[in-house]
Amino acid sequence: MSANHQLLAAGLDLGYGDRRIVSALDLTVPAGKLTVIVGANACGKSTLLRGLARLLSPTRGAVYLDGKPIHQMPTREVATVLGVLPQSPIAPEAITVTDLVGRGRYPHQGWFRRWTPEDDAAVARALAATDTLDLAERPVDELSGGQRQRVWIAMALAQETDLLLLDEPTTFLDINHQVEVLDLLTDLVRTGGRTMVVVLHDLNLACRYADHIVAMKAGTIVAEGRPVAVMTEKVVHDVFGMASRIMVDPVSDTPMIVPIGRHHTEGAMARA
Amino acid sequence: MSIALDTSRISRARSRAAARRHAVAGGLAAALVLGFAAALYLGDYPVPLDGVIRSLFSPLTGLTDRGIDFIVLQVRLPRAILALLSGAAFALAGIIFQTLLRNPLASPDIIGIAHGASAAAVFSIIILGWSGLSVSLGAFGGAVLTALAIYLLAWRNGVTAYRVVLIGIGMAAMLAAIISYLFTRARLNEVQQAMAWLVGSLNASRPGDIVVLGGAMLVLVPAMIALLRGLDAMELGDDTARALGARVEINRLGLMLVAVGFAAFATAAVGPVGFVAFVSGPLARALLKGAGRGFLHASLVGALVMLVSDLLAQHLLPNTQLPVGVVTGACGALFLLWLLMASGRSGRVN
Repeated sequence: MSANHQLLAAGLDLGYGDRRIVSALDLTVPAGKLTVIVGANACGKSTLLRGLARLLSPTRGAVYLDGKPIHQMPTREVATVLGVLPQSPIAPEAITVTDLVGRGRYPHQGWFRRWTPEDDAAVARALAATDTLDLAERPVDELSGGQRQRVWIAMALAQETDLLLLDEPTTFLDINHQVEVLDLLTDLVRTGGRTMVVVLHDLNLACRYADHIVAMKAGTIVAEGRPVAVMTEKVVHDVFGMASRIMVDPVSDTPMIVPIGRHHTEGAMARA
Repeated sequence: MSIALDTSRISRARSRAAARRHAVAGGLAAALVLGFAAALYLGDYPVPLDGVIRSLFSPLTGLTDRGIDFIVLQVRLPRAILALLSGAAFALAGIIFQTLLRNPLASPDIIGIAHGASAAAVFSIIILGWSGLSVSLGAFGGAVLTALAIYLLAWRNGVTAYRVVLIGIGMAAMLAAIISYLFTRARLNEVQQAMAWLVGSLNASRPGDIVVLGGAMLVLVPAMIALLRGLDAMELGDDTARALGARVEINRLGLMLVAVGFAAFATAAVGPVGFVAFVSGPLARALLKGAGRGFLHASLVGALVMLVSDLLAQHLLPNTQLPVGVVTGACGALFLLWLLMASGRSGRVN
């Protein structure tokens, strides 16, 4: 997986019915990097991810995979290059971890090419990478939230694609599991040479883990670049409509956003 | 740990699941053979076992006994074959809908497709004065039209399982009202004929039914198998399926057409025998315990349920032949209660 594939959006409009959610958006996903999309609720970050993943057809503009419009490519062919983990995938009742992760091999199979030892190996690699090998024969229903999330990531990994798009892979996870998942994604980018696009809610974790951060508001990109260059108090205010102080994360040297609310303003401590 | 070791762990897990699938299929097939033998052997007219066997092979051996051959080959064998075929067809219709719509309640005998067939059949008996094969044709048309109506009414930028189930249940209630209304306008002998059809029965099975249903299954089963691969992805939700490169809309429409075909042909042949479609899939999956999706197993369960229910219907009460639908209805209702109670306890309805 060294051949880095190129994913970019040009003049992209996305929406549901008459409602336009993303408008005239340009984005080039840096190859071999971890890109994180942040923004307030309903700013269009999940919609953008679905557009990039060809799950939603653009109303204008296009998404290009290696120079070709992704919506016009055979969907199976795309699936061997680009993997997606949507926000709320569904586990069929009583399915085992091995079976679920094996579903990630779908695009590599066909009517005449059924399950092979290479598929076993891909599933094993995905389970090993997510530290879920010991769960292999357990029913997914019985796993904890953190285990389940890791299993879903393993399913996406088993697809063995260069590009991987994940929509809020850390929702519903404890802070330690969030860090665990993001560490795993970083490993996959650093050692696996993959290109990753992740939608995240937690700004501080986004700043810590992103090679490239994309801040969105009302369906457009407000700022993008390295977190240390991009994340200013002004950008946070533009994106979230919230005052904040930016400190330096003592652990990672990345920007750390300290929110300011009505009860906790600067100097309030001193005045009290 | 080395990746080779991990890989062999995965392949072992998969072969254990496959072993379970084969064991369950083997057990069901064995039960089916026993049930089939019992269906040929049991009856009002006693035929010794060797007589049954001699009759079965008489086309090859030429050893005939006209009386016994008639009972075995013309009466019991067609009835047993029709039970197998219709049971399997109902089961496949049920499990396809239940899987696609992710809801055990979404079987064609609950979401109104069977009611559509019934309303059309009752209409053709009472208003049009039809009988025999034309009633079956009417039932087939009613099932297909009802399925189409549910699909169109549920359509809103695609179909969601939830809407199909709700609209289907509404449709079933409406069609039940139409059936009741038709009964108020009927003469007594028509009511009797219509009621007999409505309960579903193998008593009046004709050789033509076997040819039509068998022929339909020869087309529908391969079509289903071709579409099942897409279901591997579609079971994970529409977005995940599209991400994996499955063609969701076309696959779903194809599977629904196949399922409606199974339900319509089976209902046309034996009437709307209740609950076989509804129970077979969940029973097969309970036996598999997560080792597979169980379409083959569900069809075996359906055939077995139909065969055993018909045996019970014939021999449970002395000197009375019950319609098979009475037995499946009574057993199926108990299963429905159990399912609702079990899902109530675990806190999930679908």
